[in-house]
Amino acid sequence: MAGLELLSDQGYRIDGRRAGELRKIQARMGVFAQADGSAYIEQGNTKALAVVYGPHEIRGSRSRALPDRALVNCQYSSATFSTGERKRRPHGDRKSCEMGLQLRQTFEAAILTKLHPRSQIDIYVQVLQADGGTYAACVNAATLAVMDAGIPMRDFVCACSAGFVDGTALADLSHVEEAAGGPQLALALLPASGQIALLEMDARLHEDHLEQVLEAAAQAARDVHTLLDQVVRQHVQEASILLGD
Amino acid sequence: MASVSLSEAEKVYIVHGVQEDLRVDGRGCEDYRCVEVETDVVSNTSGSARVKLGHTDILVGVKAEMGTPKLEKPNEGYLEFFVDCSANATPEFEGRGGDELGTEIANTLYRIFNNKSSVDLRSLCISPREHCWILYVDVLLLECGGNLFDAISIAVKAALFNTRIPKVRVLEDEEGSKDIELSDDPYDCIRLSVENVPCIVTLCKIGCRHVVDATLQEEACSLASLLVSVTSKGVVTCMRKVGKGSLDPESIFEMMESSKRVGKVLHVSLQSLLHKEESLGPKRLKVGFLG
Repeated sequence: MAGLELLSDQGYRIDGRRAGELRKIQARMGVFAQADGSAYIEQGNTKALAVVYGPHEIRGSRSRALPDRALVNCQYSSATFSTGERKRRPHGDRKSCEMGLQLRQTFEAAILTKLHPRSQIDIYVQVLQADGGTYAACVNAATLAVMDAGIPMRDFVCACSAGFVDGTALADLSHVEEAAGGPQLALALLPASGQIALLEMDARLHEDHLEQVLEAAAQAARDVHTLLDQVVRQHVQEASILLGD
Repeated sequence: MASVSLSEAEKVYIVHGVQEDLRVDGRGCEDYRCVEVETDVVSNTSGSARVKLGHTDILVGVKAEMGTPKLEKPNEGYLEFFVDCSANATPEFEGRGGDELGTEIANTLYRIFNNKSSVDLRSLCISPREHCWILYVDVLLLECGGNLFDAISIAVKAALFNTRIPKVRVLEDEEGSKDIELSDDPYDCIRLSVENVPCIVTLCKIGCRHVVDATLQEEACSLASLLVSVTSKGVVTCMRKVGKGSLDPESIFEMMESSKRVGKVLHVSLQSLLHKEESLGPKRLKVGFLG
């Protein structure tokens, strides 16, 4: 059959990866000096920036303050030049609002909000280049940014996407694989306990295959955790060298 | 604009220092901070550039799309500017908070490019009255550390320098219907000449002297500023006063002379930097935000 083959007979994907292989991940913490915490991540061709402000006093109406915990506020924005077709509005459209809500749900599960009552934590994520897996890249960048800001969390939050083609589960989908229309699963995991912070799936998938896809996504998220852990340790080492410890 | 709160003592310190030609970080009144420019940062665009001027961080992406020319200028393409003040810079820009500043900056960019000589718009025309290239210049403000207009104009110039527009041919068959053919070679493209693209020089009046490239703290001490758009030959294309205070006419002429001086030096160093970066060729190590 003519057309794009997502998985070849030898088990290679379009960009040459194996089914369970992640794209190259490079990350850096402390990108901006003026924000409380910031981080940048590149997952293949997807580039995302996350900036955290807080915990600080609630902006706007004081009535939104929660008496026993902090309010987590997230905004997802993707640059107009991030996709192949130019986007007209960077944020404010339905998809960005939905992503913002999903990020908020993810981080409310991980951040120890009870330690900062009546305050607000702002997490702003900006996608500079979108090549598939934007939600996962945003969550990974935001985790690093929250750590850079020194806000206590239960655990890392590592996310990855997964799909299903020809009986095989694929991890970390690129834009071409997402656009092909197969089932897609987005998973955000707290690796140490194995708890799932967010699970979202689009399109039809037979329930017999669900466990396989879920396991592929969870394994990929654990691999991401190993990488992010290295990045944090290296950053702390560099910071301590600068401080002269 | 992102604001910083200063005490009276700090303001007095800055103002007195400026009178002696000595700023808080040791610069003179006409010195710029260290500028880092890198092009080709985002791959989905026709051209892109990132400029870091002290704590101000700007990312510009240029996308070339085909469209129909404007009715009053059928032989030219055109540029569209959009400025996004992202919430990364300050939480006040969340939601629609950054729209006002973004519109102000975009309107300034439209004005400085609104003359025949800045960019050769005729080269963007494919077939008169039917097809032309529209360049969408999108500016993303990531961090605000003072002196936004200068940094944005430098980034726009660098991104336009980096823009590569694919070459197209118009094929006409017997019935008269035209077909546009894109060339097969991805490296076959037209480049824009940015010799005459102006850069904005912002002069902030502090006390009775003026400073170039003010930081956020210095902007908080100044009541009025003058934005001057200068080309590499020292020609002033646009001038605008911003701020709540007022300026007297002699100081405006002084500031204009300063801006021409400073602008020429800025253009020379920017051109040499862009040419040096290009001479490194495709094997250049791209740093982006990872460096």
